Amino acid sequence: MSTVILLALTGLGLAALYFLVASGLSLVFGLADVLNFAHGLFLGVGAYATWWAAGNLPGAGPSGFGFVVAVAFGVLAGAVVAVLVELVLIRPLYSRTIEQVLVTVGLSLAGVALLQATWGADARPFPRPAWTREVTSVLGANVPNAGLLLIIAAVLVLGGLLAFLRFTRYGLIIRAGVENREMVTALGIDVRKAFTLVFAIGGAAAALAGALGGVYFGTVSPGQGGSLLIFAFIVVVIGGMGSVVGSAYAAVAVGLLQQFVNYYGTSGLGDLCVVGLLAVVLLLRPQGLAGKVAHA
Amino acid sequence: MSAEPVLSVENLSVRIAGLHILQGVSFEVASAGVTVLLGRNGVGKTTTLRAIVGLTPRNGEVRGTVRMGARSLLARPTHRLVRDGLGYVPEDRCVFAGLTVAENLRLAERRGTAPAYDKVFALFPELDRRGRQRAGSLSGGQQQMLAIGRVLLNDNRLLLVDEPTKGLAPKVVTEVAEVLERVAESVPVLLVEQNLAVVRRLAHDAVVLSAGRVAWTGNAQDLLLETALTKSLLGVGSEVKA
Repeated sequence: MSTVILLALTGLGLAALYFLVASGLSLVFGLADVLNFAHGLFLGVGAYATWWAAGNLPGAGPSGFGFVVAVAFGVLAGAVVAVLVELVLIRPLYSRTIEQVLVTVGLSLAGVALLQATWGADARPFPRPAWTREVTSVLGANVPNAGLLLIIAAVLVLGGLLAFLRFTRYGLIIRAGVENREMVTALGIDVRKAFTLVFAIGGAAAALAGALGGVYFGTVSPGQGGSLLIFAFIVVVIGGMGSVVGSAYAAVAVGLLQQFVNYYGTSGLGDLCVVGLLAVVLLLRPQGLAGKVAHA
Repeated sequence: MSAEPVLSVENLSVRIAGLHILQGVSFEVASAGVTVLLGRNGVGKTTTLRAIVGLTPRNGEVRGTVRMGARSLLARPTHRLVRDGLGYVPEDRCVFAGLTVAENLRLAERRGTAPAYDKVFALFPELDRRGRQRAGSLSGGQQQMLAIGRVLLNDNRLLLVDEPTKGLAPKVVTEVAEVLERVAESVPVLLVEQNLAVVRRLAHDAVVLSAGRVAWTGNAQDLLLETALTKSLLGVGSEVKA
């Protein structure tokens, strides 16, 4: 029984990581029709900015409030880079899908190369509070605190995003824009501001995933964002483009499936099963679990 | 048209994906009442409205001049045109199905101006009663009322209304025509409409398009009296009771 609980909670931790990356990716695609292959870069920026801040930024550090400051710095860095990418590279290319794909793929490759050139290709130990290396007993299962931290963070981000979409003017614009962007502009709204905002939100969430992923894995490396991005794309497609709630459901399904199959089957079989799940969803419900709606 | 027109379109040409849809269209919209844009299916009526409001697809090319008063419209983004008083009610309503009626209306509110909910709810009391209902679950007529109500929340200098009675039951067509009649008392309307009974009831001026060009302009009632002309331009008879 304790094994099942441990697998469930570590699976949910993995799901939390996927959700943090996928939620922004889904909103960006749903609203702006941009398939952003550079989204993993925001995760890398968040991870490295947190890692750098913990050692160099005054007031920041590897434990206590200093760690909170370091993570906040990483999240801010991810959001700023995302906004710059939208304003400088994506904005001139709206409705030009092929060029967008080329630019974002190129940017993701260049970003990884830049991180490698600056801090090396090898994984580096991630500064993290001592309690995140410990475990908490949940119904007899010793669950890593880092996984629980990821779950709590993802739940808070999910709640924050839903409240933002439900109760704010920009949330309303984003929900409407995911349905019919053209009609939003025909009501006198400059939808490009909403594009920038969803990039900022997506960049911040991905950067948080980078920082907390560093805590979870204990290391940070330049290629981390790219490998997580593949599963985040799968989560977005299964959940439905533009749906935050759909991404949450899909992330839980993917995280649990991977964890249980990898444990009870052979290592790596879980990843194959995730691809199988993607194929089944595409065949039976191509619009994803929630369809193209930004749920509040 | 003796008074200064609210909108003048000169030599408007639109190409989309290699198709020359509008080929030098010129007409004016009077500063009061309803000017109707007529023509058979596929002659470019909706393309004309969308070009005026800046919604030609990105793979399209627009040439010519469109002026509202002294201001040239074609180079300006859609949201600016709308804020400057160009209201647009699209074909097929385009309400946000996943949002409630109240949210659809709230979305149309503009910063710095008081939304005219009293006016909208006086015209469409049902929108007030159905505020919490998802727009996607409304009937076609109710969706059309929401689409028009959304635009009427703000002051407009001109309304572009694209086939507002399309697909509606006869009773609802009458209701929509009544509303447009009242709206046109305070703001000029450029209307695309296929229902000649509605045209007879509302329109003062008419512009008829044929194969991407203006084939006829003049008084709408005169056009409808000319059965042979109506049949040749529109492909339908005009013996329709209003």
